[in-house]
Parts: sequence; structure tokens; C-alpha cells
Amino acid sequence: MYGSASTHDIPTQATTGLENEDPILLAEFEARIARGEKIEPTDWMPQLYRKQLTRMIEQHAHSEIIGSLPEGTWITRAPGFRRKMAQMAKVQDEVGHAQLLYSAAETLGKTREQMLSDLVNGKSKYSNVFNYPTPTWADSNVISWLIDAGAIVNQMANAKGSYGPYCRALDRICAEEAFHLKYGHDAVVHMATGTPIQRKMMQEALNRWWPAIMTFFGPSDKMSTHTEILMRWKVKMATNDACRQQFLDMYVPKIWEIGLTLPDANLRKNEDGVWEFSEPDWEDFKRVINGDGPCNAERIAVRRAAEENGAWVRRAMQQPKAQYVRPLA
Amino acid sequence: MDPKLDLLYRLADDQLILGHRNSEWNGLGPILEEDIAFSSMAQDKLGHSLQLYMLLHELGEAEPDTVAFTRNTPQFHCCQLTELPIGEYDFSLIRHFLFDHAELLRFEALADSSYEPLALVARKVKGELKYHVLHANTWVKRLGTATEEAITRMQAALEFTLPYALGIFETTEAEPEIISSGLFIGEMELQRRWEESISKVLAQTALTLPDLRLLTPVSGGRYGQHTEHLQPLLDEMAEVFRLDPTADW
Repeated sequence: MYGSASTHDIPTQATTGLENEDPILLAEFEARIARGEKIEPTDWMPQLYRKQLTRMIEQHAHSEIIGSLPEGTWITRAPGFRRKMAQMAKVQDEVGHAQLLYSAAETLGKTREQMLSDLVNGKSKYSNVFNYPTPTWADSNVISWLIDAGAIVNQMANAKGSYGPYCRALDRICAEEAFHLKYGHDAVVHMATGTPIQRKMMQEALNRWWPAIMTFFGPSDKMSTHTEILMRWKVKMATNDACRQQFLDMYVPKIWEIGLTLPDANLRKNEDGVWEFSEPDWEDFKRVINGDGPCNAERIAVRRAAEENGAWVRRAMQQPKAQYVRPLA
Repeated sequence: MDPKLDLLYRLADDQLILGHRNSEWNGLGPILEEDIAFSSMAQDKLGHSLQLYMLLHELGEAEPDTVAFTRNTPQFHCCQLTELPIGEYDFSLIRHFLFDHAELLRFEALADSSYEPLALVARKVKGELKYHVLHANTWVKRLGTATEEAITRMQAALEFTLPYALGIFETTEAEPEIISSGLFIGEMELQRRWEESISKVLAQTALTLPDLRLLTPVSGGRYGQHTEHLQPLLDEMAEVFRLDPTADW
């Protein structure tokens, strides 16, 4: 999991700031990216690139730790040893991803402490899907399979991006996500082919999650018109709509195959191979992302409590003479 | 109770319940690295308990899932130390330190048990517990020599936790036979080794180990007497499992 690397606040004027950049350096930078070279932390880069990548990696990292909360709730409730141990290992991976990603973002100059502080103060975002509740074990299974699946679509694309530390982190993350996908798929199939109670639980969870899953890749490309420069700089590797189509193509048949239904009467693949669906409620998406979702306050409160309760430990760990050193990779 | 069953239930229940508690640190640790570390230890402990429940199953007890997920408080034999809520990091760390020192020594001794299947499990488990102790020692030494705030907190946690930790060594009627049959060295000898072991680490910190003779151990756990915290934990653990007892989850 869990990052939908479609950054939630792509600047509305993506060209702002470029006029202050050295045109020769900028041209060289763009040529390197066009040749498929990776940009490394000590290389020259435009401010906008640094800012946008920081925001994107940071949001991805936040999504990992916030996303570990709804699934983590089910560690202590997982039914049976096998599920309990797997759920624990899976969620632990996600926290490990956050650790990797915060390190990658730190190479751009922002400390983990600053990022976490921005998270609890609402200045930076995380994947909006985690603002929805996971009332049953089956909801947790849906996240493990389909949210992770969505994240893989995104992350496989972004692993081919231009920023070296992020790409390397994503390569490692994707390798673990591949296991999560198997884990989630196994859990969903198990429930969907189980007793009537289990099948009902799974169908209801899928119905609850489907609208959020449809917004996972971010607003339609028709609505976010400023991604061109980010695509050219290989910060963003695929459009929101392309990711959504790829996801639908890969997973809707698998969902139908195990006898589950999806709560969208318009969902179908047309003759051109393009998936048609009811347009998600983007107004609701905006409302939730801006803080008014069912679980926003709870998620941030948990994170804030963790930060506050653990502050004495971090204070104790600080060496008075130590200086902050930005990691290099 | 048969001495083997008596011993195995105590060992397995301790591991299961503390493993469950450790897993609650997900998302709440003071730094991400500690979320991850507590999760690793929780996974190990759950794995250890499963192996022990499997030994019990071989001796005629029910399946591990049934034993772990369907019993109620009076049927549990864990010490009360393991069932206390995670509290703040100082308490969880001190509990981990006090428990795992005992646990490592216990499983080192069990590696020579006359009951060969248990000895085999113990030889594997002790290798993992070595890292749990290493983790606890690293943090206790670090925080126990850091700021005044940290030292004060750690000292208070130590004093609160020690009476519960002494409950680890509560014995049952089976104790004489457990020792005479060579199943295990016995709780009294284990406690002696434990005191030596924790003293060595605490001596390297600004923390003071109180005189343990003056403390009253919190006991009862080995006989199914528990704090009010255990039943809610068990209810939560079995919440999904009990939704459909006929289902394979």
C-alpha cells in the first residue's frame, strides 16, 4: 500500500517559479530526464521539481502510516493464528514502507519530524481512502486486496520516474506489495467462497468500498489539466484516468469471477476496450479530502496522540551535539 | 493437571497474550522503528505460542485456534503482567525488558528439557528471544541514561511493573513433579537467574532496582485469576472468529 501517488494538490499554475530558474541548467536537467537518467539528491533540480516531489513522496509516506491504522485495528481481531500473523506482517510492511519513503523524501531537504508535524497539523495530505471506516474484517480484506492493487498500478508506473531515491524505494516496496496482493486476494476469495455469513460480509464490504476505490487514482484528467510538466519531468508517470482504466481492466474481471458484484450498473467494458462507469462523486471526494470525511478527525487524532505520547522518547534520544544530516539515498 | 499440560499452558498463554499486546503498538510507537520492532516481536511471540499449542494438541488438547480463540478468562494461565494494557512506551518497554529476560533464560533451560518435543521447540525459540532481549537492553540502557525526564519515567515504570513481573514465577501444584521429572529447572531457579540478569543491565543505567524481597508479587494468573483487562482482550481477539463458529476463517 498505499499511496495513490496522484498528488492531491497539484499546483494550479504549474509553471510558477520556472522563470527564476537558470535556463541552461533547466535545459540540461530536462535533457537528462528525457534520456532516462535518474536525478540524484545532490544534482541540480528546479525548485518546483523539488517541491512537487517532496509533496508527493511525503503524501505517499503519510498514506502508509495512516493506512496502517484501519488495517491495524484488525490485527487484534483477526480470526485465527494464520490470519493474525499474516495481518500483522502485512501491516508491519506498510509501516516499513513509510520509513523508506520518509528517508527518500528527506533527501530533498525536509526532515521526517517536519513531515509528521505537517501531517498532524493538517498541512499535508494522505490517500483519501483512509478517511473511510473499516467496520468489519471483510473491509480490511478489501483494502488488502484492492487498495493495495491500486497502489501497485500507481507505484509500478512511478518506479520508472526520474528521481533516483524514490524509484529505488518504490522498487523495494513493489516487491513486498506483490505479496500483499496475494494475501489480500486469498483473504477475499476465502470469504467470498465461504459460509453465507462470510459471503454477505464480503459483498457488503465491497459495496462500501467501491466508491472510494473509484476515486483512489484522483480526479479525472478532464479536471486536472496541469499535469503536463509533471509528466515531462517524470514526476508523474501515468495520468489518473490511465491508472484507473488499468486497474479496472485487471481487477473487475477477477472480482466478478469469484461471484461478487459491484455497485455500479454502468460498469462495463465497451467495444474499444475502454471501461465505462458512473462518474464518482468528486464533490464528495473534495469535501472528504478537505477534512470533512467520516474518519479524518479520528485518523489525525490517533497520529497526534502517538506523536505527543512519544515525544519524551524522541527528546531523550537527541544527542545535544548531533547535527541533522540529510540522507543521501 | 498433568505437569506437561500445566507447564505448556503457562508458556503458551504468556506468549499469546503478550504477543497480542505488543501488536497493539502498530501506529502508536514513539518512532516508526519501534512500531516495526514491536510488531516483529509480536509475530515471534505469536509463532512461539502456536508451536506450544501444537505440542498441547499432540497431547490431546483441542486445535490451536480453538484453544486460543474460544477460552475465557478463568481458563487462561498467563501471568497478569502479560495482560496489562500497553499503557505508555515506558511501561511497555519495561514489561518487555522484565518479561523477555525471564523468557530467554526459561527457554535456554527448556532446551535441556527431558520432554524432547519441548526441548526442540525451545532450541529454536531461544534464538529468537535473544534478539528480543537485545532490543530491550538497548532501549533500557539508552533511556535509562538519557534525560532526567526519561530516567524518572523509566524508574516509575520499573517500580510499577516489578510486582507483576514477580508473578511470572508463580508456581502451581505441579511444580515439584515438573522439576523432578526434568521437564524444567523450576520457577525459583529461574527467578534467581533472572534477578542476576536484569541487575547486570540496570547497573549500567541511572535506574535503581528496588529490593525485590520487600515487594509483594502479583500472583493468581497461573490459577486463572486475572485482572479486569484480560476478558476484553479475549473478546476482541475472538470478535470475528465467533461471528460464525462453523466457518473456516
